[in-house]
Order: sequence, then structure tokens, then C-alpha cells
Amino acid sequence: MSSKDKTICKDVTIRFCGDSGDGMQLTGTLFSNLSAILGNEIATFPDYPADMRAPQGTVGGVSGFQVHVGSGIHTPGDEADVLVAMNCAALKVNHKILKKCGVLIFDTDSFDEKNMEKAGYKTDNPFTELGISETIQLVPVALTSLTQKSLEDFGMDNKAVIRCKNMFALGLICWLFNRPLEQAIHFLGGKFGKKPDLLKANTKVLTDGYNYGNNLHLNISTFEVNRAENLPKGRYTIIAGNKATALGLIAAAKKSGKELFLGSYPITPATDIMHELTARKDMGVKVVQCEDEIAGVCTTLGAAFAGDLAVTSTSGPGLSLKSEAIGLGVMAELPIVVIDVMRGGPSTGLPTKTEQTDLLQAIYGRNGECPCIVIAASSSDNCFDYAFEACRLALENNTPVVLLTDAYLGNGSALWRLPKLAELPEIHPHVATEAHKEGYSAVCRDAETKVRHLAFPGMEGFTHRNCGLERDANKANISTDGANHAKMVETRAAKVAQVANQIPELKVEGNADADTLVIGWGSTYGHLLSAVNTMNEEGRACALAHFNYISPLPKNTEEIIRKYKKVVVCELNSGQFATYLRSQVPGEYLQYNKIEGQPFNVGQIVEFLKTI
Amino acid sequence: MFTAKDYKSDQQVRWCPGCGDHAVLNSLHKAMAEVGVPPHEIAVISGIGCSSRLPHYMSTYGFNTIHGRGAAIASGVKIAHPELTVWQVSGDGDCLAIGGNHFIHACRRNVNINMLIVNNRIYGLTKGQYSPTSPKGFVSKSSPFGTVERPFRPAELVMGARGTFFARTLDVDGPTSVMVMKAAAEHKGYAVCECLCNCVIFNHGAHNWIATKEDRLERTVVLEHGKPMIFGKDRNKGLVLDGWNLKVVTIGENGVTENDILVHDATTEDPTLHLKLALMDGPDMPIAMGVIRAVPTECYDEAVHNQIKEVQEKAKCHTFDELLGTLEQWDM
Repeated sequence: MSSKDKTICKDVTIRFCGDSGDGMQLTGTLFSNLSAILGNEIATFPDYPADMRAPQGTVGGVSGFQVHVGSGIHTPGDEADVLVAMNCAALKVNHKILKKCGVLIFDTDSFDEKNMEKAGYKTDNPFTELGISETIQLVPVALTSLTQKSLEDFGMDNKAVIRCKNMFALGLICWLFNRPLEQAIHFLGGKFGKKPDLLKANTKVLTDGYNYGNNLHLNISTFEVNRAENLPKGRYTIIAGNKATALGLIAAAKKSGKELFLGSYPITPATDIMHELTARKDMGVKVVQCEDEIAGVCTTLGAAFAGDLAVTSTSGPGLSLKSEAIGLGVMAELPIVVIDVMRGGPSTGLPTKTEQTDLLQAIYGRNGECPCIVIAASSSDNCFDYAFEACRLALENNTPVVLLTDAYLGNGSALWRLPKLAELPEIHPHVATEAHKEGYSAVCRDAETKVRHLAFPGMEGFTHRNCGLERDANKANISTDGANHAKMVETRAAKVAQVANQIPELKVEGNADADTLVIGWGSTYGHLLSAVNTMNEEGRACALAHFNYISPLPKNTEEIIRKYKKVVVCELNSGQFATYLRSQVPGEYLQYNKIEGQPFNVGQIVEFLKTI
Repeated sequence: MFTAKDYKSDQQVRWCPGCGDHAVLNSLHKAMAEVGVPPHEIAVISGIGCSSRLPHYMSTYGFNTIHGRGAAIASGVKIAHPELTVWQVSGDGDCLAIGGNHFIHACRRNVNINMLIVNNRIYGLTKGQYSPTSPKGFVSKSSPFGTVERPFRPAELVMGARGTFFARTLDVDGPTSVMVMKAAAEHKGYAVCECLCNCVIFNHGAHNWIATKEDRLERTVVLEHGKPMIFGKDRNKGLVLDGWNLKVVTIGENGVTENDILVHDATTEDPTLHLKLALMDGPDMPIAMGVIRAVPTECYDEAVHNQIKEVQEKAKCHTFDELLGTLEQWDM
């Protein structure tokens, strides 16, 4: 062993950062996959700039990828044990995330005068200027020149050579974390299989990076990370949230016997859902890349009218554009699924950053009284489950469902146990039957649940006219009668409210007997659970109730909330869920909010919880 | 066999007495009966506006949606289920103002939808504002001193958007209306029929120039593929090319014979002549009616499904479990 010792730890966080073109996302993804395959749980957090390619070497162009590996992983980690900085701009942007005694690996070649100037350093000592602690273990490596040396016999141009330097860093990290290279090389084969020259070059640089660490007697400790415990046995993969969402939709289509239709328009950070689905023609998925967001939801309405499982995917600004058409879906009582991968707003806002600020828009953001079912995923892997669930609720209730995920869940990835289709819940689309034929109209519905008996073109004996105008409650003729309108408004609300009977009750985690209840919803689950666990470990009793079902709320919501003396609602906005809860279950709610375009920090939540 | 009655719903038609929409509706019922697709296999989609009420008066599946979005919603229906026959009905405001984007993209994609633009050059339902097709200077409630905008000519939009079909008819001209609607039904692609229409309340007489049968004989030319472009009550006027332009000639004068008259070819990909024909206007030139452009080509919905079929034939995985099997995975 060349290093001074080996640190055994439960979990470790690594952040790779560099220029947008330095391949940080790939490096991070490969390391995550390597860790997972060796038995670690993982959570990743890609953090990249909105610009396609900001000027090279500037702080605006810095791209990062953080991964937290180990056992009991719920978040991508507050602080990094290891920071890999491919240039001095990346160091400037990311140094604060490094732990006081963490390891900093940096490319010494990039710390020349020109690059320091581009990154906006004012002195020639970046470490002093940034106030980097002396306790940090510095690992200066001439990544660029070592990569050039590694590939000197490959006859590649310098640009192509430099593009391989991320593999040198990955090789070094593999050494640092005792990751066998064979598996990494196998992954590279998957990535560069069709370009043998690139595969050879990347493999060479990766190996040289590993050997560099091994041979140069670097005076730092290597890490041995614990394997995951208490995971259910099974086949696992690593899945990004957006891909999990796409797979959940496909599974729901297969399970419901419906064809899957996606009408969508490219928008960050939701576009990967469209990418995944349009590649799945083998599964019969019909995808239309529309002329705009409105056409995205309108083609979806058309497909639902024609009997498909119809979905549109978007992010905040797109949800605004779709509002009117979602209202038509509510009025015409059509099963559509609207996926909002939330990002920082308002307006164009922070397109690549995460936020939970579309909640009230999802619940209320339409003209008229226009209730939608609203649910939210809470981890990258359970995007699969909640996409599936959104489809189930739409098809069984014939009304629009909004599924909220966000940039953090959509771009981040987690370990996922692969399900079998047979294990998934059944979906029973609510379709008109022979019994409903007599006098069928667009408002024929189940007397109890108020769910409309859906019939679609091609079904003989069920022709009918549907519209966005208010209809007579009995015959579906256009009606402006006041009493009738009141009845229809109530009917639509009751139909959404009764969905509470079809969803699981709210669970309490942590110490259910505590006085303090932490409430969260959606993507903050991992951070809140970690914070609540820490509180309980430190002897400060604390309970957690995390919501995936927002509208309607689970039936036992009030009962749970009333049990606690202090209730604190934590969310990545200025208090939208708290506002909603105050209207649904009136009472005193404390708030913990963050609105910086970044996920929560567990340590900060714990600090806050200690003050209440 | 179906009759026009089979396509009528039980709903009371609520357009103003004398509105051109009544005639368009009757022609559509007749055209549908002649085409013979059963009502339950037809979806009629509209946006918002007077003419967009039309689906309520059909015995088919109908969806009267939101303003301007008919083309997008109809596209969704057709792409999801190409086996259905899809009609879209829209007005000049619905289609060319608020719905302009969906309209040009439906033309570009060539989704197999039969589309009627009922063009009365006015907003009727909101009670009398000028529309994108109102002539410049048009006085309306929203243009008391006359408009200062240049109007759209639907044919230019269709052809500019690489549309494959454009036809024109007049509300009261039943036979031509039925003829172009049937041609639209036969056409594979986004088949746009501009139905010039009278609004008795807010724009009465907009199409007076060609309102009577006699005037139409003299002032319109009904184009038919493969036939010479002849018109006039004596069938002695025709169109010829004069340099880059079209010109009206009289057969029997100055040595002009029927053989000199242009023969209509609706199927040429090059829209130049189609556009010239579509843009003819009085008083010196006849207004072109009938099927001006009908280019046979693949339509979008068919292409989508063909591509899915091709991929599926070569695909390694066919079930969801097989799909998950293609992911990098390991036992834990």
C-alpha cells in the first residue's frame, strides 16, 4: 500500500468539477456506477450551468457532479470528502463544499496566469485567496500534461487528447477508493464501444491515472466504503429520475393495456423524459415533439380523447403555458398525465437548478375552479413509482393528474431495484361498458365516485360531443344555468376528493412520539429523513411526515398533524405547501425554506430544528 | 350506406338565421354520407368561435375544445389512432390568429386531417372585431377608423408551410362544397378547405362579389384536376400564362382555342402555379374555387406508425421485463 493508511467509512461524498467540456458528468456517472456495482447505495447530483458552453475557463462554465456513496444513503451529501477540480475556475466555484480535512485533487497545469485571470483570481495564490484550510489534504496532479504524456504515441490531436484527462482523474479516484479498473474499463466499453480508438485512448489514460496514484506514494489516505445494508435482495441498476419516470409510464401503459402517447416540447430539465420515450419505439411509444408547450398538452388531450394513455412532460414555464388546456382536461374529464420537472423560477428563472416552486401552480394555477390530482415523487428511483401511480390515478378517474418531480430528482440518480411487470399494481382504466350505452353522453358517470364513464372514437353506440363549455349535468348539452354550474363544480371537486380513498395513508417516520413533526413533500425526502435521523440519534425526538400525495391529501393528514405540538414545514420555496396546509388543516405551522436553486443541506436543517 | 341525416345530432343548431355556417354544416353532412365512414369512427374537433360549435351538430364523436388549439388536439387524435377519420373545423380567428402556430405546423407535418377554415373575415362570437383575414381598412368595433394591418391569405400560409392540400368553396355553393370536402377526405394529409362564409350580423355581404350563382359563373373558376381552367356562363373564358402571370382570355377571340387554356394539375409539388391561382382576385381575374392543390405524399401519422413498426420488427426486446433486462444491472 503506497498511501499512509486506509480510512473505512460508512459513506463518502465526492464532487467532480471542471469546465462544461471536461466530461465531469460522464466521470461522475462512471464512478457512481462502479460504486453501486460494488454494493454501495448512491445518490448523485449533477450541477451544471444553463449556458450551452460558457467561455472556457470561466466560473460561468463550471459543471459539477456530486455523488454520495456508501450505506444508508438518502442525499448526495452536504459536504465533499473529496473534491476533484479540473481547473482553477472549478476550484473557485466549489471549494466551499470541501470538508475541513477533505482531499482536494486539482490539475496544476490549469493554475497558470492566463487561466487564473480568466477565473477572476486577484492574487497569484488561489489557496490563500479562497481561504482554503491548511487541514485540507492537497493532491496536486499535472492532469493535462500527464494525459498528454500518456497518449503521446496515439497520434491524436491535442484537443482530443485533452478531452481524455477526465479519465486520468477517474483512474486516480479509482485508486483512492479501491475500485477495480476492470469494471471501469467494462463501462468504458459500453460508452465507446463503437469508437475503438477512443476506447483504447480512454482506457490507457484511466489505467495511467490509477497507476499514478498507486506508484507515486501519494501521502493521503485511501477510502474503503461500507457496502449497503438492509437492501432488499434483487437485481439493481442505477437510474436517473427522468429515465425512471419514462420507464414508469411505459410500465403503466403495459399494465393498463393502453398505448402510450407523449406530446412534448424540449425544456430543461424535463427533456430527458422525451428522449427516453422517443427511443422506445420498440415498446410502441408514440412521441410527438410539438411546435410548442401548448401543442404538447393539446396533442395529449387529443390522444386521451382517442383512448390512449396520454402524457405531456414539461417544466415550470411550460406548465404555465399548458394551464388552459389542463383546464379543458378537467372540464372534459379526460385522463391525461402532466409531468412538471420543476426548476428555479419565475419566468425563465434558473433553468438547470432545482426548486419546489410550482406547487401552487399545479394545485390551483388554472382559470375557474379547476381541481387536478397532484402527486410528487420523492427520490430519483421512485420517479418510476409515482409516474406509474400518476397514470393509474388518471386512467381510473378520468381526470388530469399533475406529477411533480424536479431538476434534483430528474437529473440525479439512485440505486433502483428492478421490478417485474407482474409485481406492479393492476391498473383498471375506467371505460364505458355496454351497461352505459343507453342514453350515453359526455357526463355519464359513476354515481358514487363521480368518475366519468369514458368512451372514445371507434366505440360503436357511444358517440358523443365533449367540450370545454359547462354542460348540463344530465345530458351534457351546453348549459349556462347557475344551479347546474354549481352542481358540476361540486361534482368535479368531489371526484378529485374521493381519490383520497385510492391512495395510501400518510406515514410517520423517525420518533412518532416526539413533540415536533417535520413535514416535507417531494424531492426533499432524503434530506429531511437524514436530518430527522440525526436529531433522534442526538437524543432530540423528532418525527417526519413526508407527502407524496398532495391533492387530495391522504385521509389521515389532519389526524397526524393534530398529534404534534410543533409542526415545521420544510420546502424549497417560500412556503407554498405550508400555505396549502393552512387552508386544508388550519393551524400553526413553522416554516423552514430555502430558495437558492439548490437542494437542502442536512446539517443546516438539523441546526434549524435545534432552534425550535 | 349512410345518408346526411345519419351525421346530424339531435342538438338545436344555434347559429344566427342566415349564417353561412348552416350551409357549411349541411354540405359536411352530405359529404360525410357520400364518403360513408360510420359516424362512430369519425372525430370532429374544433376550437372556439361560431363555426367551432359545429361538432355539437354532428352525430359523430365531437370535441369542441379551446381557442386556437383544434389543430393540435386533432393531431393528437389522429396520431394516436390513425384508423379514425378526423375532421377539424376552425374559423379565421381561431385558426389564423390564436391558433396560427398549430395551423402552420399541422400543414408542415401533413397530419391526415380534413380541415375546414370557415372564413367570414370577422370575429362573430365576440361580436364584431376585425380578424386576420379582414381587408385592410376594414371598419369594425375594434377598428372604428379602419384597420391598418395587412390581412393573411390562407392559401399563402398553407403553401408557405409546405401544405399538400388547399381547396376553396363558398358557403352557399353546396355542390362545390361537397366536392372539395370529399376531395379533402380522400387526400392523405392536412387537407385545408377554405370555406368563404357570410356573417349576416357583423360582416354581411363579405363575399357579395360571388354570392349569386350567375356571378359565380362569371367571377369564379372551379378548378378540377386534369381539366382546362375554363369558366364563364358561356364556358368561353379561360386562363393562360402570360409571361410569369395568369391572364384571362376568351375562347374564339384572337385565335384562342380550348387547347390554349391551361390544364389544372393539382398534384405538382412545386406550389408556384397553385399559389398564383389561389391568389387571383376580382375584378379582372376570377376567384379560384375547387381543389387548387392536392399533392400525394406520405402523411405524418402514417410515418410515425411505420417507423414504430420498423423498429419493432428489428427490436431485441418486446416486453417491459425484457426492456429492463437491457439495463446494466447486478445482484445485491
